[in-house]
Amino acid sequence: MFYREAGDFHTTYTSDSQTFPIKFDRYRYYVILVIAFLVVPFIINDYWANAILLPFLIYAIAAIGLNILTGYCGQVSLGTGGFMAVGAYACYKLMTAFPDVSMFIHVILAGAITAVVGVLFGLPSLRIKGFYLAVATLAAQFFLLWLFNKVPWFYNYSASGQINAPEREVFGILITGASAPAWATYLFCLIFCFASAIVARNLTRGTVGRKWMAIRDMDIAAEIIGVNPLRAKLSAFAVSSFFVGISGALFFSIYLGAVEVGEAFSIQKSFLVLFMVIVGGLGSIFGSFAGAAFLVLLPVALKVLGVDMLGWPTDIVAHFQLVIVGALIIFFLIVEPHGLAQLWRLAKEKLRLWPFPH
Amino acid sequence: MKLKLTSLALGAALAAGPALADLTFPDLSYRTGPYAAGGIPFSDGYNDYFTLLNERDGGIGGVKVKVTECETGYNTEKGVECYEATKGDSPMVYQPLSTGITYQLIPKATADGIPMHTMGYGRTSAKNGDVFSNVFNYPANYWDGASGVVNYLLEINDGNINGKKLALLYHNSAYGKEPIRTLEELSKKHGFELVLLPVDHPGQEQKSQWLQIRREKPDYVTMWGWGVMNQVAIQEAANIRYPMENFIGIWWSGAEHDVLPAGAAADGYKAVTFHNVGRDFPVFDDIQTYVIDAGKAAGAGDQVGNVLYNRGMYAAMLAAEAAKTAQEIHGTQDITPEMMRDGMEALEITEEKMAALGMPNFGPSFKVTCGNHGGDGMVGVNQWDAETQTWSLISDFKPTDSEVIGALIAEDSAAFAAENNIESRCK
Repeated sequence: MFYREAGDFHTTYTSDSQTFPIKFDRYRYYVILVIAFLVVPFIINDYWANAILLPFLIYAIAAIGLNILTGYCGQVSLGTGGFMAVGAYACYKLMTAFPDVSMFIHVILAGAITAVVGVLFGLPSLRIKGFYLAVATLAAQFFLLWLFNKVPWFYNYSASGQINAPEREVFGILITGASAPAWATYLFCLIFCFASAIVARNLTRGTVGRKWMAIRDMDIAAEIIGVNPLRAKLSAFAVSSFFVGISGALFFSIYLGAVEVGEAFSIQKSFLVLFMVIVGGLGSIFGSFAGAAFLVLLPVALKVLGVDMLGWPTDIVAHFQLVIVGALIIFFLIVEPHGLAQLWRLAKEKLRLWPFPH
Repeated sequence: MKLKLTSLALGAALAAGPALADLTFPDLSYRTGPYAAGGIPFSDGYNDYFTLLNERDGGIGGVKVKVTECETGYNTEKGVECYEATKGDSPMVYQPLSTGITYQLIPKATADGIPMHTMGYGRTSAKNGDVFSNVFNYPANYWDGASGVVNYLLEINDGNINGKKLALLYHNSAYGKEPIRTLEELSKKHGFELVLLPVDHPGQEQKSQWLQIRREKPDYVTMWGWGVMNQVAIQEAANIRYPMENFIGIWWSGAEHDVLPAGAAADGYKAVTFHNVGRDFPVFDDIQTYVIDAGKAAGAGDQVGNVLYNRGMYAAMLAAEAAKTAQEIHGTQDITPEMMRDGMEALEITEEKMAALGMPNFGPSFKVTCGNHGGDGMVGVNQWDAETQTWSLISDFKPTDSEVIGALIAEDSAAFAAENNIESRCK
């Protein structure tokens, strides 16, 4: 009923294999893009940007990155926080060393540096798998945090050990610092998020992605049919770390503006992104968005509901948040272990047949 | 049921609309997480003092005070969310009680023209009001604290600590790293050896640091800890039988909940302070009558008179006095954040003023100027008596080493000014 495919014929391979083969889906996607790019920037205010949309977009990029590694290539990683820190510190060093270069280039370079670091820490994945690899990436998390705390060069010898984003511009518009306009920071992150999603989607349905999935499903079989595990695994680490690095760079420079490595990129962050991926759906780009939305927006929504609308004490609401978000995670994982993305897929399937169940 | 009633009442109040523009004081508190033990009493004190003003005096200069609380959990991301959520309704002053959130908010609040008061925490060089126009950290800052510790050691060692060994046990964050520079300078000046021992967030794991203390045998240990880290450190010190009287905390490591878990073993532990302790002030009678007995206390109402409750109350008192000053300067009761900033910059706390407020000798008297946003940095020392479970002032408020601190502040704030192209604004 809602998803009417009548008259929606695919006559070429290209049209059949596009991301949104159903017309209704495709138009909805275009509408969302138009709203995100052309409507939201005109109505956005500081609160929506800094409290809701920026964290959502940035975490979505991180979740896409981790989803490539864990969801598509099957390599469990607990080092996301550490890799985000690499992106943030790389961006900081670049921003302060080359103040005249555009922020676009800094963020992309920060991603590239993180990709190199990611490949280094991905090397053990050639020998170890599963839980053991998780422990190796955990080592990356702790090592990187220790490094950024220990070596003063990374924070330009500041007394507090914090890094602060200086004011930088893109095409003459202030993009970092306190006086950057909300629409500019939002658009900047949106462009990166949009590009990341497009790149990730196209990588995962091409040769590279198929190799990753072959490794995930059964690495020995994949090797036998000619997938080079070294290249597949390391490319997954590189691409994943690239996205995670970009999200770390944006997280520091655009969203927070001042970061303390132990607090902002702790093991909690690694878990948070991992939960986003698991709740959203392993091996799904849409799932990364759904997971990020779930874990970023729900606490804010609960807070607004509890404190601002009902006037409850803040500590009770904060405790309720933990209980409700935790319970919902368990509920979703019991009802649908493949995450919100699968739930959405099933809902779509039902809607296509509705109101006739067969 | 009570919640439901308050919700209904609030809904009705919202529907009725604001009759009078209140003075809004946001309270970025944390009543959850590993630092809640410190966040709760501070926030209770902050809230209760404003409730007292509303109930007893009808607000500040006749305008009611509204405190909007927002839970940060000591987390910078939530702190930003709280700031953005509250900055719309003309907040008078922000006091985030977190050095991390302070660093976050300094540029934002300055750009939005809202003052911040970071009493005894935050960025120390904000004392230089010439550079940090909207940030205040009177009456004392971390570097005063560090110098206060060293001065106290000089005092008990007849002015000579040459060759002694001082260990700094610190929270491995911007907060804990703040005093290092000052202590390094002071160690050069006085010839003591400084040992640095970082403890990672949240600070429950300190076995290796205390092993190192056992090995290095420092003459004194000073601590920059917060939250659960404090009680663990004091317990560990007791476990290795480190003499408590040689263990001196900063003011954030010297509250009842820090020493109580170690029981009798914590007896003799010391902490520096910039305000007085205990319930022996007339203002507490008023708080009892107008707030506690009236059932309007914030939180559980069981924190009255605790060290951090007093500090929260002191912070609220200074904010209220600054608001009064602002009302006088601008000749209007209905002040804006910009006017509040002027009031804070013109704030003068005298002994008579504090006595009139029922807080005689509660804190130092000081005067804020355009160039000095940090007061005079008078630091005293408290000691814990485990038997009577009370803190008592064993060394009165004394000036700190302004020569060393002043040079460091000038250096750090000049770097900040150069980084952000800030021009001198004080004449």
